[in-house]
This record gives sequence, C-alpha cells and structure tokens, in this order.
Amino acid sequence: MKLHFNAIYIIWLREMTRFFRAKSRVIGSLAMPLFFLVILGFGFNASIRFSDIPPEIDYIDFLAPGIIGMALLFDSISSGLTVLMDKQFGFLKEIMVAPVDRFSIVIGKTAGGVTTALIQGILILLISLVIGVKITGVVGFLSAIVFMILISVSFVCLGLIFASKMEDMHGFQLITRLFAFPVFLLSGAFFPLDNLPVWLQYLTYMNPLTYGVDGLRHSLIGITQFSVTLDLLVLVCFSTLMIILSTYLFSGIEVD
Amino acid sequence: MYSIKTDKLTKKYGDLRAVDNISLNVKKDEIFGLLGPNGAGKTTIIKMLATLLKPTSGFAEVCGYNILSDQDAVRKSIGIVFQNPSTDIELTGRENLDFHARIYNMDKDVRQERIDEVLDLVELSDKADIFVKNYSGGMQRRLEIARGLMHYPNVLFLDEPTLGLDAQTRRSVWEYIKRLNKDEKITVVLTTHYMDEADYLCDRIVIIDHGKVIAHDSPANLKNSIGKDIISLQVADGKNFLNTLTAFDFIKGMELHDESLYESLYLSVEDGERMIPRIMDIAHKEGVIVQSVGLRKPTLEDVFLHFTGRTIRDQDTGKKEHFQRMVRERMRGTR
Ligand SMILES: Nc1ncnc2c1ncn2[C@@H]1O[C@H](COP(=O)(O)OP(=O)(O)O)[C@@H](O)[C@H]1O
Ligand SMILES: [Mg+2]
Repeated sequence: MKLHFNAIYIIWLREMTRFFRAKSRVIGSLAMPLFFLVILGFGFNASIRFSDIPPEIDYIDFLAPGIIGMALLFDSISSGLTVLMDKQFGFLKEIMVAPVDRFSIVIGKTAGGVTTALIQGILILLISLVIGVKITGVVGFLSAIVFMILISVSFVCLGLIFASKMEDMHGFQLITRLFAFPVFLLSGAFFPLDNLPVWLQYLTYMNPLTYGVDGLRHSLIGITQFSVTLDLLVLVCFSTLMIILSTYLFSGIEVD
Repeated sequence: MYSIKTDKLTKKYGDLRAVDNISLNVKKDEIFGLLGPNGAGKTTIIKMLATLLKPTSGFAEVCGYNILSDQDAVRKSIGIVFQNPSTDIELTGRENLDFHARIYNMDKDVRQERIDEVLDLVELSDKADIFVKNYSGGMQRRLEIARGLMHYPNVLFLDEPTLGLDAQTRRSVWEYIKRLNKDEKITVVLTTHYMDEADYLCDRIVIIDHGKVIAHDSPANLKNSIGKDIISLQVADGKNFLNTLTAFDFIKGMELHDESLYESLYLSVEDGERMIPRIMDIAHKEGVIVQSVGLRKPTLEDVFLHFTGRTIRDQDTGKKEHFQRMVRERMRGTR
C-alpha cells in the first residue's frame, strides 16, 4: 500500500470545489440540526428537567454537542452519495483507471467528506455559541474538533462502504437514513442514557456515535458518562476498522 | 514489436461469453481497430486491457505489462477515452485536465504546459474555463481525447470515439486521431461499429462478432481477400449486352436491374480499373451505347457480410448508456 499525495490532494480538492459551488447544499444541511437545536433546546429548557443533568447545566448546553454529533453523522454518511453520483455520471471510471493505489482514493474521498462535515460541525458550534450555549473554553473547543474528525472519518467510510455495494442513489438515501436514525436516537444526543432500560443501554454501548457524543460533551461542557480515554479508544478503533473495510470494498468495485 | 498481445482472452457474464477466446496483437505506433456490431464485446475487451475488469480466463499484455499482475504499470502506460462520457460536468475543462494531471502524478512545471498543449491540439483553448456542462457533445468528446493524452501514454484507447457525433465533428475527430498518432507517436486502439471509420483510420483491424475474432488484418487485405470489384454500366439495351458479355471469362458475375429510363448492369470482376477499357471496347464493337460507368471497390461492409452472412446493423445502444447520456444531457441545461 502506498500513499499518492498528489492524488489524495486532488480528490479532496474536487470534493471541496463541488461543495462550495453547491451553496444550497451547505445551507440546506445546516437547517435541520439548527431547527432541532433551537426548538428542542429552548422548548425542553423551559419545561423539563432531566435528573441526570447537573442543575447548573441548561438542557440546551447538554443538547448542543448531541446535535453536532447528529449533523456529523448525517452529513458524513451521505458523502457516499458522491461516489454513486460519480458512478452514474461516469467520472468514477476516470478515477479507477488512474495509476493510484485504491487506499489513496479512499483517503482522498474520506478527507473530502470529513472536511465538509467538519465545516458544518464547526458552523453549528459557532451558531450555538451565538444563541447562548455555554462551553468550557478554547481547549474544549479544540478537543471537540478532534472528536468531530473521528466521528466524521467513521461515518464517511461507512457511507463509502454502503456506496461500494450499491448502484441506486435513492436506494442509498433510503438505506442510510434507515440506518442513521436509530444510531443517533440511541447515542445519547437528546437525553442521558443512565436511566434507560438495561437492554436499550446495551444497544447504546454498541453504538460508536454514543462515544462520539460523550467525547464532544466532555470537551464542550465538561460532563461525561464514560471516560474520554475510552471514548477516544473506541472511536480510533472503529474509524480505523472502517477505513480498512472501505478500502477493501473499494478495490473490488468494477465500473461499467 | 507489439504494444498489446492477448491470448485466448475470455470474459463470461453468467452463461454469456461476452469475449470468447480472443487472441490478437497490436503493433507499436499503429492505429488498430476493433470493429464489430453492438454487443460484439469490444468495450469489454477494452475494459479488460485497461484493468477495469478482470478476465475470466486468458492472458493479456499491454506495453509488456501483464494486465493482472502489473496493473499499476499498465495504468501508467495507457490513456483511455470511454464509450460513455466520463468528465466532471460541474468542473471546467481546465479543471478536468488538472485533476487528471495530478492524479497521474505529473510534475508541477509540465502540468500547466501540457494542459495548454492538449487544449490547443483539440482546439478548446478558448473554452477551457467554462463548465463542461455547457459544452456541446463534440466539445466534450474532444476534451476527453485531450485528457486521455495528458500523461503521454504509449497506448491510447478510444472506445467509439465518434458515437453520437454529427458528420462534420466526426471528420474533425478523425483528423485529430490521425494527427496525434503521427505527432505524438502513440499507438491508438479504437473500437467502432462504423465501417467507414475503421477503413479510413486503421492500419489493421480485427472484426469481432459475438465475442469472437472473425478476421484480423489490414482493411485493404481484408477487402482484397474477398476479391472482386463491381462495375456498374448504364445502357439502353441491357439484356442484349448481357448475353454478349457471358462469353467473356474475366467477368465473374452479372446482374441486371431495370430502372425506368435505362437499364443498369452490375459486373463483378477482379482488378476493375483495367477491365473498364476492355468492356468499353466490347460495347463499341457491338454498337451498344453506354451512358455511364461506375466502379465500386468492396467495403468492409462486404467483408463483414462475407464472413458472417449478416450486415452490421446499427442497433440501439444499451439501456444504461442511454440513461447516462440522458442524465448528462439534462444536467447540461440550456446553452
Ligand atoms: N456488466 C455486464 N453484465 C452482463 N452482461 C454484460 C455486461 N457488460 C456487457 N455485457 C454483455 O456483453 C456483451 C458485450 O458487450 P460490450 O462489450 O459492451 O459490446 P460492444 O462494446 O461491442 O457493443 C453484450 O451482450 C452485453 O450485453
Ligand atoms: Mg461498446
């Protein structure tokens, strides 16, 4: 396996160029998480108290890291769609016939997907600050970015895995949405997981996004369910696994 | 010296042998044609040679590199223009070429220069910075050819380079192909189901039908191998003249067609140019008045007919290809 930096760079650059030329996509994908944040955040803030959230922390502060995790999940996984579009429009052939290791292609694609997801994650974080969400400080901000990257890598690669096995764009959107909803609902993005029934708790422990949200929450507001070390460990392992798997499946793509 | 050699190359899709024991060779610096009707297996052969598809069995070498064990070296040595569009229409022409240059790891200083050079070659310099979705079909095709040439490949594959282009654009694409074969010293392998294209461009061809090679030679040799030129005569009293001509051995076959004002006589002969004066002599002696004379050489169409008993039909392109074209057409929007 060999890294072709020129190839990684240009595959990444193409994703960026296309991203910035499709402004409606940027705005559109920011809208949903912000609705959730504002409506749920201010709505629950006023009327419900979760016993597991320390009293000095507002619900909207608790919610913001979860919403960022959700936005990252959906945006990352949908970057598999760019592969399907390339298949449909024939451009994937241009990439696949190039003298470039398939690993480098996956890394380039992943870098592109991660960057766009990261841009959205950071935008949501900044908007949250504007609407009054309180975070711990600069170190927390930086450590949150590390978690954002890990979450994005995991789910961008998962999106590539889905895409390498599928042809149809609508089918892809349907399947990934079907997959992503339980993942974010069971990640602790909206509510603390401590009081869930035991069988549901086990499901949340198997969910990589749980550790992502926990890591984000620790970074941004200083509360955590597990430990940051465990969060990091799980995410690093999971994202590595996803990279390896997506490279393997990508190598098997036959374009026609 | 061969650029490409294959031996019993085979690709099966389920029970269908799309490519069936194909053995062929392509000489260095020639223009080589894969000629056959739609569904013959041409694209499948190209894809295997370009490492995009794994053969079911058989052997193939491109520029001395095995297509299975030396994929990277093969990929470096070839350029390819696919049958279906494969540019990114959301990027400009120049951006498409830049993408190509970088993914082929070309040095920074040659990159810009080469981009301008190939743009110039296909006369797209003034359109380089507009989005490909605003290109016409012919311009897109030329851009793809330019892109295939970017990295100085030794072999350029062109899969149906003029499919769907109007007559004038076809002509100009033909001229580019001839020119770059000469100027860039590139071996060109093209597929086509147009007989005239293969005839005009190719030094040698294989004719393929149902995945099998049915002939492998230069167009001239192939046409000569089925022999006989066709002389057509327009005469006032064809029947009489036909009776007279039956006495001459050099005429291998005759046909008479009634056409309102006069009668047309078709004679099949060898070495047609030399035979016309002899026939005119005979006509003169018999007092037959000849209105006009024509000579037709056998075409590759006749060759195909000779070997398969069928004519090459221009069937519909596949459903998927049609869809890809449609999607791109729609995305192109108004120009
Ligand atoms: N992916 C595929 N799956 C099944 N059959 C295929 C596939 N690709 C091509 N074929 C079949 O293989 C045959 C050869 O196709 P192709 O190489 O595209 O022909 P050509 O390029 O000469 O028109 C056709 O009968 C086609 O339907
Ligand atoms: Mg074809």
